[in-house]
Amino acid sequence: MADLRTGAKFDLSVPELEKMARQLRRHVITMTATAGSGHPGGSLSAADIVTALYFKVMRHDPKNPQWPDRDRFILSKGHAAPILYAALAECGYFPVEELSTLRKLGSRLQGHTDRTLTPGVEMSAGSLGQGLSFGIGVALAARLDKRDYHVYVLLGDGECEEGQIWEAAMSAPHFQMDNLTAIIDHNGLQLDGRCCDIMGLESLADKWRAFNWHVIEIDGHDMSQIVQALKEARKIKQKPTVIIAHTVKGKGVSFMENNVDFHGKAPTPQEAEIALKELA
Amino acid sequence: MTIYADLSTREAYGKVLVELGKEYKDIVVLDADLSRSTMTKYFAEKFPERFIQCGLQEQNMMSIAAGLAASGKIPFASTFAVFAACRCFDQVRVCIAQPKLNVKVVATHGGITVGEDGASHHAIEDLALYCSLPGFNVVVPADAIETVEVVKAAVTTEGPFYIRLGRPKFPAVYKDGYRFNLGKAVTLREGKDATVIACGIMVSKALEAANNLASQDIDCRVLNMPTLKPLDEGAIIEAAMQTGAIVVAEEHLIHGGLGSRVAQVVAREKPVPMSFIGINDVYAKSGKPDELLQRHGLTAEAIEQAAKVVVAEKTR
Repeated sequence: MADLRTGAKFDLSVPELEKMARQLRRHVITMTATAGSGHPGGSLSAADIVTALYFKVMRHDPKNPQWPDRDRFILSKGHAAPILYAALAECGYFPVEELSTLRKLGSRLQGHTDRTLTPGVEMSAGSLGQGLSFGIGVALAARLDKRDYHVYVLLGDGECEEGQIWEAAMSAPHFQMDNLTAIIDHNGLQLDGRCCDIMGLESLADKWRAFNWHVIEIDGHDMSQIVQALKEARKIKQKPTVIIAHTVKGKGVSFMENNVDFHGKAPTPQEAEIALKELA
Repeated sequence: MTIYADLSTREAYGKVLVELGKEYKDIVVLDADLSRSTMTKYFAEKFPERFIQCGLQEQNMMSIAAGLAASGKIPFASTFAVFAACRCFDQVRVCIAQPKLNVKVVATHGGITVGEDGASHHAIEDLALYCSLPGFNVVVPADAIETVEVVKAAVTTEGPFYIRLGRPKFPAVYKDGYRFNLGKAVTLREGKDATVIACGIMVSKALEAANNLASQDIDCRVLNMPTLKPLDEGAIIEAAMQTGAIVVAEEHLIHGGLGSRVAQVVAREKPVPMSFIGINDVYAKSGKPDELLQRHGLTAEAIEQAAKVVVAEKTR
């Protein structure tokens, strides 16, 4: 594997990406366990998607986080901050050792993302439903400036209960944004339980299709499918693409998988030890 | 060359945006299906590629504006003050205020002078809400000429702004040549017996009240305080020290706006008798703007009476 902290091009093979995703998952476990709080479940479900973006698909330069032509990753589900921080650290935006400061007083790694503090973080988030709109603004700026960067927005499925998501869903095709891709981390669980019990979302694909998006459905843990879908999204013209990634909350750790308790609860030190063994 | 003096504040905003748009290529204007009322329509006609019609999606609009600002643009987001403040407060808080993004929220139809549309359209809480946001600049111009200067200052000053304009034409306070300084009050009239501090449409009424008081041997200072945040504390302390009595007048609830902010400084630095002209914890109804101002005591006469009371309290 290339040394990723020397500005080498991020173009990992599928096996290398899978290895990196496991590494990021380990960071999520260690970070949240060290912090004693945080949202491991939705970070683990998004791990493969985030890995594919940062280590294969996106054009970016950790040495120059403000590079005007960089592709943008916007984490709308801001509670999944740990997986983003893990990816940024492994890319070299800041030292991996800094991950242990998550959620601590004085840390650059806030509980929910803060774009004023963390190199590589594009959006301050934490109140759900706002990232897709923010992404539209960033994508409109690209069009005005005649830049060819692409904007990726990661949404939660529970987040799609927010009304603002559907404002953005209506407006992005209206603006004919083809430099914008939404990815839904569809893990089927939210804080209070199963999405289908809390507030029915289905059919998500039909809804986005009806709003005139190009819809791709994939297994959000199959690295080849993720990479292929992200590449396909860049080729679609005149309309935005949404990738509905079917995922498992807590993916990779047996006792966290499909366990709603780990939406917003950190593993105990003992749980973390078991989890890290499973992710070895 | 546009003659601004005779325009409403929102008309002046629409016209000056076009002038600024020529000079500043990064200005982008967003509106939520009200461009013919907020007067951003002039910019839309002149620079269609830099105008983003957001439809009836105020929340979406504020977050889009934040994304544009994060990408180096200078977005102006306009709608009615009720919607700009109440409908998308969370978007403004999380997307704009917390990351201190360079978004200019310019809201028209502030206060009760919206008139006949009634309570849903009367913005009387907007200043309290925007003043509560750390880092936001909050400005209420007194007339068309001040509006032009405030909008220019917003373009050249990095950071989030809330600028509150009105629906009707405000009486002219300033002449061409006026220069606005963010965070600075303007002494419109010197006086030693009391000070009236006002913003927006109440500034001209404060001047009228001071004229009436002069004929009754009360020498009243008038401060136009367009910037509610950051507040000109020095001018307030000076007014308390030198005149010993303060009346604050605003087209807003008496809590949370200019009056509350001035009172906090006075209470801390130099307590003196104070009185507050504003809307007293009620919602107004439909009516003509002047009828509503009369009904809620937002008049020169009310300021005059309040000044007499605080002057009398000084000697008690």
